[in-house]
Parts: sequence; C-alpha cells; structure tokens
Amino acid sequence: MKTQDIILKAENISKQYRLGLVGTGTISHDLNRWWFKIRGKEDPYIKVGEVNDRSLKGNSQYVWALKDINFEVKRGEVLGVIGKNGAGKSTLLKILSKVTGPTTGEVKAKGRIASLLEVGTGFHGEMTGRENVYLNGAILGMAKKEIRAKIDEIIEFSGCERYIDTPVKRYSSGMTVRLAFAVAAFLEPEILVIDEVLAVGDAEFQKKAIGKMQDISRGEGRTVLFVSHNMAAVKNLCTRGLLIDKGRIILNDSIDNVVDLYLSSEDVISTSSKSLLNSIRDRGTTQIMTSVKILNKEGVISGKDVSFRVHFKEDYKGDISLGYLIKDDKDVNIHASNMKQYNILFANKESRYIDLTLRSLPLSPGKYSLSLYFGNGNYDLDVINKAIFFQVFWDNSLSIKSPLKKWGNVFISSNWNY
Amino acid sequence: MLNKAKTSQDWLYTISPRKKAIDLNFKEIWRYRDLLFLFVKRDVITQYKQTILGPLWYFIQPLFTSIIFTLIFNNLASIPTGDGIPAFLFNLAGITPWNYFSACLTGTSSTFTVNQGIFGKVYFPRVITPLSIVFSNLLKFGIQLLVFICFYIYLVFFTDKAYNVTLQMAILYLPMLIIFMGLFGLGLGMIISSMTTKYRDLSFLVGFGVQLLMYGSAVMYPLSYFKEKVPKYAYLIEYNPMTTIIELFRYMTIGVGEFSLYKFLYTGSVSIICFLIGLIIFNKTEKSFIDTV
Repeated sequence: MKTQDIILKAENISKQYRLGLVGTGTISHDLNRWWFKIRGKEDPYIKVGEVNDRSLKGNSQYVWALKDINFEVKRGEVLGVIGKNGAGKSTLLKILSKVTGPTTGEVKAKGRIASLLEVGTGFHGEMTGRENVYLNGAILGMAKKEIRAKIDEIIEFSGCERYIDTPVKRYSSGMTVRLAFAVAAFLEPEILVIDEVLAVGDAEFQKKAIGKMQDISRGEGRTVLFVSHNMAAVKNLCTRGLLIDKGRIILNDSIDNVVDLYLSSEDVISTSSKSLLNSIRDRGTTQIMTSVKILNKEGVISGKDVSFRVHFKEDYKGDISLGYLIKDDKDVNIHASNMKQYNILFANKESRYIDLTLRSLPLSPGKYSLSLYFGNGNYDLDVINKAIFFQVFWDNSLSIKSPLKKWGNVFISSNWNY
Repeated sequence: MLNKAKTSQDWLYTISPRKKAIDLNFKEIWRYRDLLFLFVKRDVITQYKQTILGPLWYFIQPLFTSIIFTLIFNNLASIPTGDGIPAFLFNLAGITPWNYFSACLTGTSSTFTVNQGIFGKVYFPRVITPLSIVFSNLLKFGIQLLVFICFYIYLVFFTDKAYNVTLQMAILYLPMLIIFMGLFGLGLGMIISSMTTKYRDLSFLVGFGVQLLMYGSAVMYPLSYFKEKVPKYAYLIEYNPMTTIIELFRYMTIGVGEFSLYKFLYTGSVSIICFLIGLIIFNKTEKSFIDTV
C-alpha cells in the first residue's frame, strides 16, 4: 500500500518565457528593440531564443520552455529526468524547487521538497567549513538543531576533518564540493530534487555520493528526482525515467526504456544532411567521405524507396566502390551490400557524390544505423561505423497497421487468400 | 491515476501561478528563523575579515564624519547648535541614527540583484535576506551607539562644554524610534529592490539619492535653524520622516529641539505603511523575478 502512495503530482505545468526580455536589463534595449521593430527589422536581441527550435513557431515572442507536463511520483521512487540541453529539465526542477513559478498548472506535494540545483549554494569563502555547514544547511531548509545533531556525521562524510575550522577559500575546489554535498546528503526532506551535481568530484567521491543517494532512496524510503547526463549513474540510481524534449514529456516509463530511447534518439536524422567530417573513422582509413544526406523529403518510410547521397572529397581521383551496412538499434546486422556485388566500379568521374537507393525498404518502423565503406575496389579507404542513424516511419495512410516492434525488424507485405 | 479520488485530499502544499495579491506565509518565515540568524552572523563576521583594524571601523566611520561635519558646518559655515551643546556631539547624534537608516536602505535595495545567484538555485522565503540586513545593521548601530554614549559621558561629565546637554524622559521611546527607522529603511529598500529587478536605473539613484537625502534630513543642522533661514522650503525637510527621526533622537539624547507626539506618530505610521507596501511589492516580485532579473 505504501508504495502506491503518490507523494508528488504535476498537473499541466507550463512555463512560458518571453524571448528577448531575458538578459536585457535596461530600457535602452527595450527602446532599441522597439526602434528595430517599427522599421520592420528583426529583433536584435532575439539571439537568446535562436538555439531553441520553439522559436521557429511563428512570429510569437513567447516560447514554452515547458508545455503541459503531467506526471506523478510515488513515495520512495527515484525518478530520473533526462533530455538534451535546453529540453526543459532545469526549468522543471526550478519550478519544483519553487525558485520560479509555473505559468500555468500546479504541483502538489505531500512533503517538504528540498532542492540541490547546485552544490554549495551560499558558501562564503571567508567563513570556516563548520560555519558554512550551518549556513548551507539552513539555506537548504534545515533547522540549526538538526544540523547540530548531524555535524559530526557530515564532517566525516565530507572527509575534510582537518580543514573544518579553516576558511573555505583555502579549500581545493574538490574539497568544497565534498563538504557541500555532505551537507545536502544529510538533508531529510521527503522529496529531494537533485540537478547534475555528481559531475564534480573525483571518482571515489562520485561513487560515495551515488551510494549515499541509493541509501537515501532505498534505505530511508525517500523520494528523489534526479537530473543527469551521466546515463550510467541514472540507470544505477533511478527506478523510473522521464524523457523530456523541447518542453514536452516524450516518455514516462521504466528507466531502462527511457535511457534506451534517449540514447538511440541522440543522432537521429530523418531528412537532413549530416556532415561526416567529424565522424570517427575505422582503424587505418582516412577521411574521404564528407557528408551523407537522405534525399526523401518526407523522411524514410517503410515499404518505399529510400535514397542516400554520399558526398566525397573533390581531390579523390581513384576508383570508387561503396558499401553499406544497416544495423538495428541493438547493433544487430540487418542487411549489407556494396557496388562490387552489383559488378559496378565507379571509375573516376566528374560527379563528387554517389546516390544509393534502397528499393521498397522492407524495414519495420524504428531506429537504424547506416555504416559506410568507401573503397577503391580492392580495399577500404574510408570506413565510418554507424555514420548516421535514421528513423523509419510507417505510412499511416495505408490500410495496413504499423507492425509492433517485437514482431521483428523486417516487414514483408503479405497477401491473404481464403 | 487509479487512486485519484483517494489522493486528492491532503496535499501538504501546492505550487501554482500566483493568484492572490498578498500571499505571505509567516509560519514559513518563522521556520526559517535560524537562517535569518545565520545570515546576520555571516554579515557580521565576514564584513571586516582580513582588515587590520577589524570592527574598529565601526567606530572610525561615525567619528571622522562627525569631526569633518563639525569642521565644515559648524566652524566654517557656523551653523549654531545651541548654547552648551558641543557641535561634535550634535553631529554624532545625527550621524548615528542616519548611518543605520542609510545602511538598511542601501543594503536592502540591492537584495534581488546581489542575491540572484543564490535565489536562482534554492528556495527560502526571500524576505529573510532584507530582514537579515536590517538586523546585522542593528548590531552595527549598537556599536556606534556605544561610541556616542562614550563621548556623551566624556563631554557631559568630564568637560564643562556640555552644560546644556540633558537626557530627556522621552528616551523611553528610543526603542520604538529604532524600530521605525528599521522599518522605514527596510520598506523603502524592498520597494527599490523589487523595482530594480528589470530596470537598474533606481539602483543608481540610490547611490547618490541617499547622500542627497542626508542633507534633507537635518543630520548636520537643527530643523529650527533651517526654518529660520529658508522658511520657503522648510516643509520639505519637516515632512521627511527621517528628519523627524533624527530630530527626535537628538531631543531624547541631548535635549535639542522639541518632542511632539504628533510627529512621533506621523513617523511611525509612515514607516509602517512604507514597510507594508514594501512587503507586498517584494512578495509580488519574488516569485517571478528570477526570469527578469
């Protein structure tokens, strides 16, 4: 019964930011913006929002950093929040920790929320370690009495006994972090919100910190919300995951599924072109291929032809033989072929690209990778393992329904006679 | 979702877009009283770290200001401070309360901009920060008051220059006066800090505005003398609550000027109203300022 207890509930949380207001502090900027606007020019301060896809939606000056976020957290659960930079994770945590209010929606909680968006918030360099423990603990919401009861444990956990009565400005940065994390680790709120704080400290301390967080959640039954880009730590620590992208929840599921989707979606391109200049080459091969592009405007669709265009360097003068390998998201080979199989040798022509068309692509919807092998007919010159990832979509206008993932990677159109 | 009906009852608290105009949670502020104390402690112990003279600076500052004021305003410009009232003591009696007020005002007026780093990372009732400034300045004020008392005793009992200096019964009102001063500085500071989250213009105004205000608060001259010399603009000085506070302080301690209950209540109500307005505006700002600061 206790595990069914919902301790935190987010209902339709949205957060809107006004572009351009961010980072402009004086009326001269506002006047300047207005002056640009009446001349019909682009807002000179819009750059703040440019990296954000959402800014492309119309001419609106407003973006939704979060839109309609709904989720529930049960008591004792460790929820991992993952997503790319700018997905809205930190905004969500800021709302949960009351640093900023939501534009719409509500968060309901059945316990005190303590947040750790940064280690050592409010540390003052001139004060000793001990004084800072008290101050930092109080900032995080602990009463003096609570801190006094735990001070010895905190100091021991931090491993800074020798320096505890020395001003913090004399500490190494690692020691400061250790001390700060130690304070936070002994917080006793019902709900703990943690943002990417394990990225600091040495390996030994990270291990210690993760262990402590496991104790907090498993041993003491407290609820933790955890944001990190360290997938190993997330998988290790969390029971459930929340994948956020562009301010929306993409998946709210078991942590393994969420991490898998996140990792596989990282490099997916559907219609755009990808430069191969920075791709990692296989041993013994050099850079010849420069980019690869999917030519299908509507994306890769199951059952339809799909064309890839591989560009290569202007100064390559030898014979050309291209090969490819398609793998699924679990790295299992699906299909491979090369020009040699078709008895084609592309001998030094004018064009600097090769189009590869796969006829009636028999793949089920999902994510696949394409590896490229560029050779001269005798041996490989440039090999890029998993040069691009691509998503195969199902054409929903068909009368045939999309096959399920567990049915396999290959889709063969069938006839039914009776 | 299954047990929605069951769980929708007893939420400890909710976070939602603000609806009410005044949304003060005094219980919460009380819970964070330890933080208030620790902030005060931090301000006090870190202020003069790595200085040779340390807390002596608390003494030096009013002392030298008084000496300079005496030289310029009394010896050079010959502003009379009354028979048997040493000009130095008169000035010290003006500077001591003024310093407290101006420290409260300038300290609290930058609350949001100075603390945006910490406010952006962790939640606690924001009003704790300006409150801590008022309290830590109170300590400083106490020390400066001690300086004042020392000179007071010296001049009254060991010299014959201060034969007209008398302690008034009204001194019993002093604690109230100090509270008014604190509230007035805090209220004004909170209003300014809330208004500077988006536009920083006001923070420049505070810098020299406080200095100008000092000249308009009868710190280095008696109000009666100003009335006599510049009667046309005397009302500007007279209705400045700080003038009343300083005049009252001087009356209580050295017996210069006069005491009127009307003025005392006027100052009190202005301070309280100012504090309440400040609290409301501050409270309104604290929820969203992190997006605009």
